[in-house]
Amino acid sequence: MIPSDARPRLAPKVMVRFDRKTDRYMLLYPEKGLALNPTAADIVQLCTGENTVGSILEQLAVKYPKQARADIEREMMGFLTVLADKGLVRYEA
Amino acid sequence: MNEQFRPYTLIAELTYKCPLRCIYCSNPLDYARHDAELDTQTWQRVFREAEALGVVQLNLSGGEPLLRRDLEALIQEADRLELYTNLITSGIPLTRERLARFRELGLNNVQISIQDVTPEASDRIGGLKSFDRKLEVARWVKELGFPLTLNTVLHRDNLDHVEAIVSFAESISADRLELANTQYLGWAMPNRRALLPTPAQLDRARSAASAATQRLKGRMEVLFVLPDYYSQFPKACMDGWGRRFMLISPDGLLLPCHIAHTLPGLTFENVRDQPLEQIWTQSLGLNRYRGEEWMPEPCRSCDRRSIDFGGCRCQAYHLTGDASATDPACALAPQHHLIEAAREAALHDAGSPVELIYRSPTPPVGA
Repeated sequence: MIPSDARPRLAPKVMVRFDRKTDRYMLLYPEKGLALNPTAADIVQLCTGENTVGSILEQLAVKYPKQARADIEREMMGFLTVLADKGLVRYEA
Repeated sequence: MNEQFRPYTLIAELTYKCPLRCIYCSNPLDYARHDAELDTQTWQRVFREAEALGVVQLNLSGGEPLLRRDLEALIQEADRLELYTNLITSGIPLTRERLARFRELGLNNVQISIQDVTPEASDRIGGLKSFDRKLEVARWVKELGFPLTLNTVLHRDNLDHVEAIVSFAESISADRLELANTQYLGWAMPNRRALLPTPAQLDRARSAASAATQRLKGRMEVLFVLPDYYSQFPKACMDGWGRRFMLISPDGLLLPCHIAHTLPGLTFENVRDQPLEQIWTQSLGLNRYRGEEWMPEPCRSCDRRSIDFGGCRCQAYHLTGDASATDPACALAPQHHLIEAAREAALHDAGSPVELIYRSPTPPVGA
């Protein structure tokens, strides 16, 4: 489980790029890419090493007021876990 | 042409020249025929047109791309286009200063190959005393803040060293380790007797790689690519012919893969003559094996046809003489016995010395 005061930062190998073909953001790394849905794109852009996981959740909740907070949290945690397993985010102490 | 055929990755083979002479080189045996290299402006135009078609990843490869004096100008244009640019290199010849310049210009990732974990074994496969210099370059890559991919092509003589290769990759803080079994195309084909492993070797190596993948999850990505010769079904070669990858040879042919220009009877167009989009959508060679129309049985009615896209056309041709045949690597292929015979020969040859054929401008006799 990722503690809520952890500060995710994108790994140096990651590049975020807007894709004109699909109007979505893409996360690129060696030999691979992930197409990001709008929430995932928001999360990625907040992984600066400054924001805690808790504050990322707060910011998403403000941006998506119609979504249940628990749903946002579940989606965010799932996505952050995927990113960590792939080595695409690191956590600042 | 729809999104089904959007190219995501351009493999720019900038030159076929290389100081190394690896016995499994993926360049065609007659690479020396393709030495009229594209100039800087043409490559830059190609990058722009590729990006407009949807390409987001650029692999600068070869041969040895460092031999291009204009690599700086090419990286600069790729960076301007926001392409994720990966330099695929032996690390020779390179200075720390030039590498630092690549970093400033926006190069995203560096991939270095080692042929084995000891200098003697590595240099024997590469045909050049180079291991210690590669190690030095790998250290520069990390010192300068680049992500580092370490790549080792696996075969009979180094498959038993997978754990040591993983340790080596950890010791130099690689971000990604590619353990790619030899594919028997290009120079690996005439060297197949020297390279093809035994099933027991492969099983041990696969277990070791799998343990490393788990142990290093989140720190180092460990990729283990099985050889077609020991898989029940072929891989989706290049993610499907003319589908996600475009490769451009040093002399400008737009190809679906590294050696499609060795297939007789196919026409591949040159990027000097036509815009990229026109070639990508209308090329007779690219369209020849797109989709399912071309497939023979048992592919045509097979549930896996949309998974492996019929396997590798080059493997089919170089084993059977017919590029349209079912890939013999598939256990369902009528000519699968060709693979089985090669595997039996590998068991028989295990432990006995076989002469190595090093990559050279002159194709081996009989090939």
